[in-house]
Amino acid sequence: MSTWTVVVVASVGCYLLKLAGMAVPPQWLERPGLRRTVELAPVALLAALVVVQAFGSGRDLVLDPRAAGLLAGLVALLLRAPFLVVLLAAAASAAAVQVLTG
Amino acid sequence: MDDERRRVIADALSLGLSVGLYGAAFGAAGAAAGLTVAQCCVLSLVAFTGASQFAVIGVLGTGGSPVAALAGGWLLGARNTLYGLQLARQLRWTGPRRLLAAHGVIDETAAITLAQPDRSRARLAFAVTFVTLYAVWNLTTLAGALAVSGLGPTARAALDGMVPAAFLALLWPRLRMGWTERWVALGGAGLALATTPFAPPGVPVLLAVLAVLAARPWRSGPAGRPGPARGEAAP
Repeated sequence: MSTWTVVVVASVGCYLLKLAGMAVPPQWLERPGLRRTVELAPVALLAALVVVQAFGSGRDLVLDPRAAGLLAGLVALLLRAPFLVVLLAAAASAAAVQVLTG
Repeated sequence: MDDERRRVIADALSLGLSVGLYGAAFGAAGAAAGLTVAQCCVLSLVAFTGASQFAVIGVLGTGGSPVAALAGGWLLGARNTLYGLQLARQLRWTGPRRLLAAHGVIDETAAITLAQPDRSRARLAFAVTFVTLYAVWNLTTLAGALAVSGLGPTARAALDGMVPAAFLALLWPRLRMGWTERWVALGGAGLALATTPFAPPGVPVLLAVLAVLAARPWRSGPAGRPGPARGEAAP
């Protein structure tokens, strides 16, 4: 599957998910177990994406400038910085480590 | 126009503008992950849901399989289905307007719309937020992607450091909700790390969803909290 195929299929699927909520009879989807699962799935997914994006490289786990970016982002979040500052801090730290060690 | 409607419009405009600006982060991250400017733009134009967009480029960028990218993006996108259920009741649009409105169902539009006391203001809030956010998100995606695609590979590699922090920022408001969420997050991260050496790239992220089972969501009890968390600053 080419990158373009993934982009288009992912995008159309995302739209269909939104439409489903707006268009299907509510009884189909309104069950507490289902709702709770859908609410918790992003938590597990996002946590996994954090660690895989920070330390994953194919099948290996590595330590590289991305980890510095994550650390800076974590500090910014703990200091209650706005989202934009979190991103900038992460990008700047990763860049700095990359330049210093590259 | 009365003061109430004026206030709704002002809130909607500022929400759309402030959140829309983060499209630049997505555009930059997407280009850094190896997508073309056009691909980043299509994701913002057609998917238009931040966490899913970041997940797709994130998984593809680290060499994950297409299926993993799709599954991750859609699992994160499923919460828009929940929002749609609540918004349909409040907005009561039908036909072509519903098809169009569906495109705008995301965390931010849901939050501001569900906070309105009546249908008229709900529709106003939704429409203004949607249009503003969509315009700004897409323009900044283009700008971010263009800016990064002009950079050298070293700078782009450094921008990869922004992506895990973006995911952490998206996760943060959920971690503050309670211990169930925190344990699910730890479980998800742990499962992903543990399975990375053994599974094809991208699959560990999907296996992490199994951590949700530990929370036993099928047990009957109080239904989940309605709507997205307040104070979620990110798309």
